[in-house]
Amino acid sequence: MAWDRDKAQEFEQLAMPLFGPLYNLAHWLTQDRTEAEDLVQETFAKALKGFGSFQPGTNFRAWMYRILRNTFLTSRTGLKAAASLEDDDAQTPPPATTDTPESILLARADHDSIQRALQRLPVAYREIILLCDVEEMSYREIAEALRVPMGTVMSRLARARKAMRGLLRPNATGAHS
Amino acid sequence: MTCEQWQEKIDAYVDAEMPEAEARDFQAHLQTCTACSSEALARSELKRSVHLAGKQFVPDPEFRRRVQTSIAPRRGTRPVTLWALAAGFIGIAVLLIVVGPLMLRRQAQQQQRLLGELTDLHVSTLASSNRVDVLSSDKHTVKPWFQGKLPFTFNLPELQGTPFELVGGKVSYLDQSPGAQLLFTVRQHVLSVFIFKDSPELDRMRSGEVMHELSFNIESWTQGGLRYFIVTDAGRSDVDDLRARFIAAAQ
Repeated sequence: MAWDRDKAQEFEQLAMPLFGPLYNLAHWLTQDRTEAEDLVQETFAKALKGFGSFQPGTNFRAWMYRILRNTFLTSRTGLKAAASLEDDDAQTPPPATTDTPESILLARADHDSIQRALQRLPVAYREIILLCDVEEMSYREIAEALRVPMGTVMSRLARARKAMRGLLRPNATGAHS
Repeated sequence: MTCEQWQEKIDAYVDAEMPEAEARDFQAHLQTCTACSSEALARSELKRSVHLAGKQFVPDPEFRRRVQTSIAPRRGTRPVTLWALAAGFIGIAVLLIVVGPLMLRRQAQQQQRLLGELTDLHVSTLASSNRVDVLSSDKHTVKPWFQGKLPFTFNLPELQGTPFELVGGKVSYLDQSPGAQLLFTVRQHVLSVFIFKDSPELDRMRSGEVMHELSFNIESWTQGGLRYFIVTDAGRSDVDDLRARFIAAAQ
């Protein structure tokens, strides 16, 4: 019917620009091209089906990422990653430490080292770093996408970055192999 | 606020999540504190490096098409009476018999005219002593050159490690509309890639298949409101390859 058609058209216009970024995240999460394609396809199918319940004016991007993430977490690869999330968030945030001047060297780590470090991070850490640094989402948007409070976003991000810096240190095993 | 307290907020500052007044105070602190300023700089550089390194995976154009087709709006069905159905069939039959061939012929003529014009543009460029107005193999030089000359912008693919080489570009016109003409080489062949704002006239072009005009291979597609054409004497596989790179770059 005309309404369905209009809705589907609206969905296509909103969702297709996110196709590339969603695929990039899916590939980072699953670490496999076929699994990433399945994940993105399922996300788009679910989102189209549920688009009627999407509240206009709310954040569509965060909504799409939430669907992708939930779909991932119920997949075989995602189930393993989900288990460690809750315990980890119960921890207190890491103490603020400055590693200067070593941290300056880390910042200049090359492209490949950063990609290797991202791959080696636990999924929850990899995901939040990608949402914040690659997708340039605000803390509020990340909180919406991950369905967690803002405080959790900040503390998880701090832990994720600390772990990332750990992996980028020259003596970290495998990080600079 | 003590230095230690500020250090806990460096991430918020780097992520532009610090309230404006607090950010001003922090900037003042940075003027006097080497440890905090080095750390803020290092974290901001790392964030930028992660931003670049994290954009690693590009979906296959064929996969993108498949998903887009699966979500594309379909005409809805509703119960109709037999009479309405019969009237519909009669109407369609009349249209097919009377108007159909006329429309198809007009569309074919229009397409032929556009293909002819594009081939002329390509050939006249090859014959010219100044083939391009911006001569550079660096996409970061060619793309900005078009700023202010065209009512749209476009992305150029990364060609390092591929057989293609960017020669340069110039402004071209099709149906009185300005567009970009980009010249590439692959081995001994030259390829023109034309990019125009899509219009109802251009929209009638067939997409996704290699057409032939005066033995040139021509391929056309639309993406993001732009209509792309590749005109070349290079082979079909080269045309498909360059097309896939443009599609990926535009995503």
